Amino acid sequence: MSTKAKAGHDDHHHDEGHAHGSLQSYLIGFGLSVVLTAVPFWLVMTGVLDSKQTTGLIIMAFAVIQIVVHMIFFLHMNVRSENGWTMMALIFTLVLVIITLTGSLWVMYHLDTNMMPAMDMSQMP
Amino acid sequence: MSKGTATVSATADAPVFYLKDEHDHAEGGSTMFGFWIYLMSDCLIFAVLFATYGVLGGNYAAGPAPKDLFDLPLVAINTSMLLFSSITYGFAMLAMAKGKVGATQGWLALTGLFGAAFICIELYEFAHMIHEGATPQRSAFLSSFFTLVGTHGLHVTIGLIWLVTLMVQVARYGLIQANMRRLMCLSMFWHFLDVIWIGVFTFVYLMGMLR
Repeated sequence: MSTKAKAGHDDHHHDEGHAHGSLQSYLIGFGLSVVLTAVPFWLVMTGVLDSKQTTGLIIMAFAVIQIVVHMIFFLHMNVRSENGWTMMALIFTLVLVIITLTGSLWVMYHLDTNMMPAMDMSQMP
Repeated sequence: MSKGTATVSATADAPVFYLKDEHDHAEGGSTMFGFWIYLMSDCLIFAVLFATYGVLGGNYAAGPAPKDLFDLPLVAINTSMLLFSSITYGFAMLAMAKGKVGATQGWLALTGLFGAAFICIELYEFAHMIHEGATPQRSAFLSSFFTLVGTHGLHVTIGLIWLVTLMVQVARYGLIQANMRRLMCLSMFWHFLDVIWIGVFTFVYLMGMLR
Protein backbone atom coordinates (compact mmCIF):
# COMPACT_ATOMS: atom_id res chain seq x y z
CA MET A 1 0.00 0.00 0.00
CA SER A 2 2.65 2.41 1.06
CA THR A 3 4.87 1.66 -1.92
CA LYS A 4 1.94 2.05 -4.25
CA ALA A 5 1.01 5.36 -2.72
CA LYS A 6 4.63 6.42 -2.97
CA ALA A 7 4.75 5.45 -6.65
CA GLY A 8 1.51 7.31 -7.24
CA HIS A 9 3.01 10.32 -5.56
CA ASP A 10 6.14 10.18 -7.64
CA ASP A 11 4.03 9.92 -10.76
CA HIS A 12 2.36 13.19 -9.86
CA HIS A 13 5.41 15.29 -9.68
CA HIS A 14 3.59 18.32 -10.96
CA ASP A 15 3.03 19.52 -7.41
CA GLU A 16 6.72 20.19 -6.93
CA GLY A 17 5.98 23.83 -7.61
CA HIS A 18 5.02 24.04 -3.95
CA ALA A 19 8.31 22.54 -2.92
CA HIS A 20 10.11 23.83 0.10
CA GLY A 21 12.56 26.06 -1.71
CA SER A 22 16.14 26.32 -0.56
CA LEU A 23 17.90 28.20 2.19
CA GLN A 24 19.47 30.42 -0.42
CA SER A 25 16.16 31.37 -2.03
CA TYR A 26 14.61 32.19 1.36
CA LEU A 27 17.57 34.36 2.33
CA ILE A 28 17.55 36.19 -1.01
CA GLY A 29 13.82 36.78 -0.65
CA PHE A 30 14.22 37.99 2.91
CA GLY A 31 17.09 40.33 2.02
CA LEU A 32 15.15 41.83 -0.86
CA SER A 33 12.04 42.21 1.32
CA VAL A 34 13.97 44.05 4.03
CA VAL A 35 15.33 46.54 1.51
CA LEU A 36 11.97 46.91 -0.27
CA THR A 37 10.25 47.55 3.09
CA ALA A 38 12.89 49.83 4.60
CA VAL A 39 13.19 52.21 1.64
CA PRO A 40 9.46 53.19 1.48
CA PHE A 41 9.35 53.71 5.27
CA TRP A 42 12.52 55.79 5.10
CA LEU A 43 11.11 57.87 2.22
CA VAL A 44 7.88 58.65 4.07
CA MET A 45 9.31 59.08 7.58
CA THR A 46 12.10 61.45 6.58
CA GLY A 47 10.26 63.12 3.70
CA VAL A 48 13.42 63.23 1.60
CA LEU A 49 11.51 63.91 -1.59
CA ASP A 50 9.66 67.19 -1.72
CA SER A 51 6.94 65.94 -4.03
CA LYS A 52 4.36 63.80 -2.25
CA GLN A 53 3.13 62.48 -5.56
CA THR A 54 6.60 61.19 -6.51
CA THR A 55 7.00 59.58 -3.09
CA GLY A 56 3.59 57.94 -3.46
CA LEU A 57 4.39 56.53 -6.87
CA ILE A 58 7.78 55.22 -5.68
CA ILE A 59 6.37 53.44 -2.62
CA MET A 60 3.58 51.92 -4.76
CA ALA A 61 6.22 50.62 -7.18
CA PHE A 62 8.24 49.19 -4.27
CA ALA A 63 5.09 47.44 -2.94
CA VAL A 64 4.41 45.83 -6.32
CA ILE A 65 8.03 44.65 -6.59
CA GLN A 66 7.94 43.28 -3.03
CA ILE A 67 4.72 41.37 -3.72
CA VAL A 68 6.39 39.76 -6.75
CA VAL A 69 9.46 38.94 -4.62
CA HIS A 70 7.27 37.28 -1.98
CA MET A 71 5.38 35.34 -4.65
CA ILE A 72 8.58 33.95 -6.16
CA PHE A 73 10.81 33.38 -3.12
CA PHE A 74 8.30 32.60 -0.34
CA LEU A 75 5.23 31.22 -2.14
CA HIS A 76 7.42 29.51 -4.80
CA MET A 77 5.23 30.60 -7.69
CA ASN A 78 6.24 29.39 -11.11
CA VAL A 79 4.54 28.50 -14.37
CA ARG A 80 5.15 24.75 -13.94
CA SER A 81 3.30 23.93 -10.70
CA GLU A 82 0.05 22.01 -11.24
CA ASN A 83 0.68 22.18 -15.00
CA GLY A 84 0.41 25.94 -14.87
CA TRP A 85 -3.04 26.05 -13.28
CA THR A 86 -1.70 27.79 -10.18
CA MET A 87 -0.47 30.60 -12.38
CA MET A 88 -3.74 30.63 -14.33
CA ALA A 89 -5.73 30.99 -11.09
CA LEU A 90 -3.40 33.79 -9.98
CA ILE A 91 -3.69 35.68 -13.27
CA PHE A 92 -7.48 35.35 -13.22
CA THR A 93 -7.58 36.63 -9.65
CA LEU A 94 -5.27 39.53 -10.47
CA VAL A 95 -7.55 40.55 -13.37
CA LEU A 96 -10.52 40.55 -11.00
CA VAL A 97 -8.56 42.47 -8.36
CA ILE A 98 -7.51 45.13 -10.86
CA ILE A 99 -11.08 45.47 -12.18
CA THR A 100 -12.41 45.77 -8.60
CA LEU A 101 -9.84 48.34 -7.48
CA THR A 102 -9.62 50.56 -10.54
CA GLY A 103 -13.34 50.27 -11.22
CA SER A 104 -14.35 51.24 -7.70
CA LEU A 105 -11.90 54.12 -7.43
CA TRP A 106 -12.64 55.44 -10.91
CA VAL A 107 -16.43 55.27 -10.66
CA MET A 108 -16.62 56.62 -7.12
CA TYR A 109 -14.17 59.44 -7.86
CA HIS A 110 -16.27 60.63 -10.79
CA LEU A 111 -19.46 60.17 -8.85
CA ASP A 112 -17.97 62.42 -6.20
CA THR A 113 -16.86 65.19 -8.55
CA ASN A 114 -20.06 65.11 -10.62
CA MET A 115 -22.26 65.26 -7.58
CA MET A 116 -24.40 68.35 -7.13
CA PRO A 117 -22.91 70.72 -4.62
CA ALA A 118 -23.94 69.89 -1.09
CA MET A 119 -26.80 71.95 0.16
CA ASP A 120 -25.74 74.36 2.82
CA MET A 121 -28.28 73.89 5.58
CA SER A 122 -27.28 77.12 7.32
CA GLN A 123 -28.63 79.09 4.31
CA MET A 124 -32.05 77.52 4.69
CA PRO A 125 -34.83 79.77 5.98
CA MET B 1 -3.81 12.76 -17.54
CA SER B 2 -2.54 13.10 -21.09
CA LYS B 3 -0.47 9.91 -20.76
CA GLY B 4 -3.56 7.91 -19.82
CA THR B 5 -5.53 9.19 -22.77
CA ALA B 6 -2.70 8.42 -25.15
CA THR B 7 -2.43 4.75 -24.10
CA VAL B 8 -6.18 4.26 -24.32
CA SER B 9 -6.44 5.61 -27.85
CA ALA B 10 -3.38 3.67 -28.96
CA THR B 11 -4.41 0.23 -27.69
CA ALA B 12 -8.14 0.20 -28.38
CA ASP B 13 -9.42 -0.59 -31.86
CA ALA B 14 -12.82 0.97 -31.34
CA PRO B 15 -12.79 4.53 -30.05
CA VAL B 16 -13.19 4.74 -26.31
CA PHE B 17 -14.35 7.98 -24.88
CA TYR B 18 -13.53 7.43 -21.24
CA LEU B 19 -10.49 6.51 -19.21
CA LYS B 20 -10.54 2.75 -18.76
CA ASP B 21 -8.29 2.55 -15.74
CA GLU B 22 -8.34 5.64 -13.64
CA HIS B 23 -4.92 5.84 -12.03
CA ASP B 24 -5.18 6.30 -8.29
CA HIS B 25 -4.52 9.75 -6.94
CA ALA B 26 -2.27 10.01 -3.94
CA GLU B 27 -4.10 11.04 -0.80
CA GLY B 28 -4.26 14.81 -0.67
CA GLY B 29 -2.70 15.10 -4.12
CA SER B 30 -4.95 18.03 -5.01
CA THR B 31 -4.96 19.69 -1.57
CA MET B 32 -2.28 22.21 -2.40
CA PHE B 33 -4.05 23.41 -5.53
CA GLY B 34 -7.39 23.52 -3.73
CA PHE B 35 -5.84 25.59 -0.98
CA TRP B 36 -4.35 27.91 -3.57
CA ILE B 37 -7.85 28.47 -4.98
CA TYR B 38 -9.03 29.30 -1.46
CA LEU B 39 -6.21 31.83 -1.10
CA MET B 40 -7.21 33.43 -4.39
CA SER B 41 -10.80 33.83 -3.18
CA ASP B 42 -9.44 35.30 0.05
CA CYS B 43 -7.44 37.68 -2.11
CA LEU B 44 -10.72 38.87 -3.64
CA ILE B 45 -12.14 39.58 -0.17
CA PHE B 46 -9.14 41.78 0.55
CA ALA B 47 -9.42 43.43 -2.87
CA VAL B 48 -12.97 44.49 -2.02
CA LEU B 49 -11.88 45.78 1.39
CA PHE B 50 -8.99 47.69 -0.20
CA ALA B 51 -11.40 49.19 -2.74
CA THR B 52 -13.75 50.21 0.08
CA TYR B 53 -10.88 51.85 1.93
CA GLY B 54 -9.71 53.53 -1.26
CA VAL B 55 -13.16 55.06 -1.79
CA LEU B 56 -13.95 55.97 1.83
CA GLY B 57 -10.41 56.57 3.13
CA GLY B 58 -10.62 60.32 2.62
CA ASN B 59 -13.92 60.89 4.41
CA TYR B 60 -12.86 61.94 7.89
CA ALA B 61 -16.20 63.51 8.87
CA ALA B 62 -14.22 66.30 10.57
CA GLY B 63 -12.62 63.59 12.70
CA PRO B 64 -9.01 62.48 13.01
CA ALA B 65 -7.00 61.94 9.83
CA PRO B 66 -4.24 59.35 9.27
CA LYS B 67 -1.62 61.94 10.19
CA ASP B 68 -3.17 62.37 13.64
CA LEU B 69 -3.47 58.66 14.33
CA PHE B 70 -0.77 56.58 12.69
CA ASP B 71 2.51 55.93 14.44
CA LEU B 72 4.92 54.94 11.67
CA PRO B 73 7.74 53.56 13.89
CA LEU B 74 5.18 51.23 15.48
CA VAL B 75 3.98 50.13 12.04
CA ALA B 76 7.59 49.56 10.99
CA ILE B 77 8.13 47.29 14.01
CA ASN B 78 4.89 45.49 13.20
CA THR B 79 5.96 44.99 9.59
CA SER B 80 9.33 43.59 10.65
CA MET B 81 7.58 41.15 13.03
CA LEU B 82 5.54 39.74 10.16
CA LEU B 83 8.57 39.65 7.87
CA PHE B 84 10.64 37.81 10.49
CA SER B 85 7.81 35.34 11.01
CA SER B 86 7.79 34.69 7.26
CA ILE B 87 11.47 33.81 7.13
CA THR B 88 11.29 31.65 10.28
CA TYR B 89 8.37 29.76 8.75
CA GLY B 90 10.52 29.26 5.68
CA PHE B 91 13.25 27.78 7.92
CA ALA B 92 10.63 25.51 9.50
CA MET B 93 9.73 24.22 6.04
CA LEU B 94 13.41 23.57 5.27
CA ALA B 95 13.78 21.66 8.56
CA MET B 96 10.61 19.74 7.72
CA ALA B 97 11.99 18.77 4.31
CA LYS B 98 15.02 17.29 6.09
CA GLY B 99 12.73 15.42 8.50
CA LYS B 100 14.04 17.17 11.63
CA VAL B 101 11.11 17.24 14.06
CA GLY B 102 12.86 19.26 16.78
CA ALA B 103 14.12 21.98 14.46
CA THR B 104 10.74 22.20 12.74
CA GLN B 105 8.97 22.64 16.07
CA GLY B 106 11.52 25.23 17.18
CA TRP B 107 11.14 27.37 14.07
CA LEU B 108 7.35 27.01 14.22
CA ALA B 109 7.38 28.20 17.83
CA LEU B 110 9.52 31.20 16.85
CA THR B 111 7.10 31.95 13.99
CA GLY B 112 4.24 31.80 16.49
CA LEU B 113 6.02 34.24 18.81
CA PHE B 114 6.60 36.75 16.00
CA GLY B 115 2.97 36.35 14.91
CA ALA B 116 1.75 36.86 18.47
CA ALA B 117 3.95 39.96 18.79
CA PHE B 118 2.38 41.30 15.60
CA ILE B 119 -1.12 40.77 16.97
CA CYS B 120 -0.22 42.33 20.32
CA ILE B 121 1.23 45.45 18.68
CA GLU B 122 -1.81 45.75 16.44
CA LEU B 123 -4.21 45.37 19.38
CA TYR B 124 -2.19 48.00 21.29
CA GLU B 125 -2.48 50.33 18.30
CA PHE B 126 -6.23 49.74 18.02
CA ALA B 127 -6.74 50.24 21.76
CA HIS B 128 -4.73 53.46 21.62
CA MET B 129 -6.82 54.77 18.73
CA ILE B 130 -10.12 53.83 20.36
CA HIS B 131 -8.94 55.44 23.59
CA GLU B 132 -8.37 58.68 21.66
CA GLY B 133 -11.94 58.53 20.35
CA ALA B 134 -10.99 57.19 16.91
CA THR B 135 -13.51 54.36 17.01
CA PRO B 136 -14.89 52.56 13.93
CA GLN B 137 -18.10 54.59 14.33
CA ARG B 138 -16.27 57.93 14.15
CA SER B 139 -15.97 58.30 10.34
CA ALA B 140 -16.13 56.37 7.07
CA PHE B 141 -12.33 56.46 7.01
CA LEU B 142 -12.10 54.75 10.40
CA SER B 143 -14.86 52.23 9.58
CA SER B 144 -13.05 51.08 6.44
CA PHE B 145 -9.65 51.20 8.20
CA PHE B 146 -10.74 48.96 11.07
CA THR B 147 -12.51 46.57 8.67
CA LEU B 148 -9.49 46.18 6.41
CA VAL B 149 -6.74 46.00 9.03
CA GLY B 150 -8.97 44.07 11.43
CA THR B 151 -9.77 41.41 8.82
CA HIS B 152 -6.05 40.95 8.22
CA GLY B 153 -5.44 40.72 11.97
CA LEU B 154 -8.22 38.14 12.27
CA HIS B 155 -6.55 36.08 9.55
CA VAL B 156 -3.24 36.20 11.42
CA THR B 157 -5.01 35.18 14.65
CA ILE B 158 -6.60 32.18 12.92
CA GLY B 159 -3.20 31.37 11.43
CA LEU B 160 -1.74 31.35 14.96
CA ILE B 161 -4.45 28.98 16.22
CA TRP B 162 -3.75 26.76 13.22
CA LEU B 163 -0.01 26.92 13.93
CA VAL B 164 -0.45 25.79 17.54
CA THR B 165 -2.80 22.99 16.40
CA LEU B 166 -0.22 21.75 13.92
CA MET B 167 2.57 21.91 16.52
CA VAL B 168 0.47 19.64 18.75
CA GLN B 169 -0.17 17.35 15.77
CA VAL B 170 3.54 17.16 14.91
CA ALA B 171 4.41 16.53 18.57
CA ARG B 172 1.92 13.65 18.69
CA TYR B 173 2.31 11.99 15.30
CA GLY B 174 5.62 13.30 14.00
CA LEU B 175 6.25 14.51 10.47
CA ILE B 176 3.88 12.13 8.71
CA GLN B 177 2.69 12.80 5.17
CA ALA B 178 -0.59 14.38 6.33
CA ASN B 179 1.15 16.71 8.77
CA MET B 180 3.66 17.79 6.14
CA ARG B 181 0.81 18.59 3.78
CA ARG B 182 -0.93 20.63 6.48
CA LEU B 183 2.26 22.50 7.28
CA MET B 184 2.69 23.35 3.60
CA CYS B 185 -0.87 24.70 3.46
CA LEU B 186 -0.24 26.86 6.51
CA SER B 187 3.03 27.99 4.91
CA MET B 188 1.12 29.29 1.89
CA PHE B 189 -1.47 30.91 4.17
CA TRP B 190 1.19 32.61 6.29
CA HIS B 191 3.21 33.95 3.34
CA PHE B 192 -0.04 35.07 1.71
CA LEU B 193 -0.91 37.14 4.80
CA ASP B 194 2.50 38.78 4.59
CA VAL B 195 1.77 39.67 0.96
CA ILE B 196 -1.53 41.26 2.01
CA TRP B 197 0.31 43.21 4.73
CA ILE B 198 2.59 44.73 2.08
CA GLY B 199 -0.54 46.22 0.55
CA VAL B 200 -1.80 47.38 3.95
CA PHE B 201 1.34 49.17 5.11
CA THR B 202 1.89 50.79 1.72
CA PHE B 203 -1.66 51.72 0.80
CA VAL B 204 -3.09 52.46 4.25
CA TYR B 205 -0.23 53.62 6.47
CA LEU B 206 2.42 55.13 4.18
CA MET B 207 -0.02 56.62 1.66
CA GLY B 208 -2.16 57.83 4.57
CA MET B 209 0.75 59.76 6.01
CA LEU B 210 1.38 61.35 2.60
CA ARG B 211 -2.18 62.63 2.30
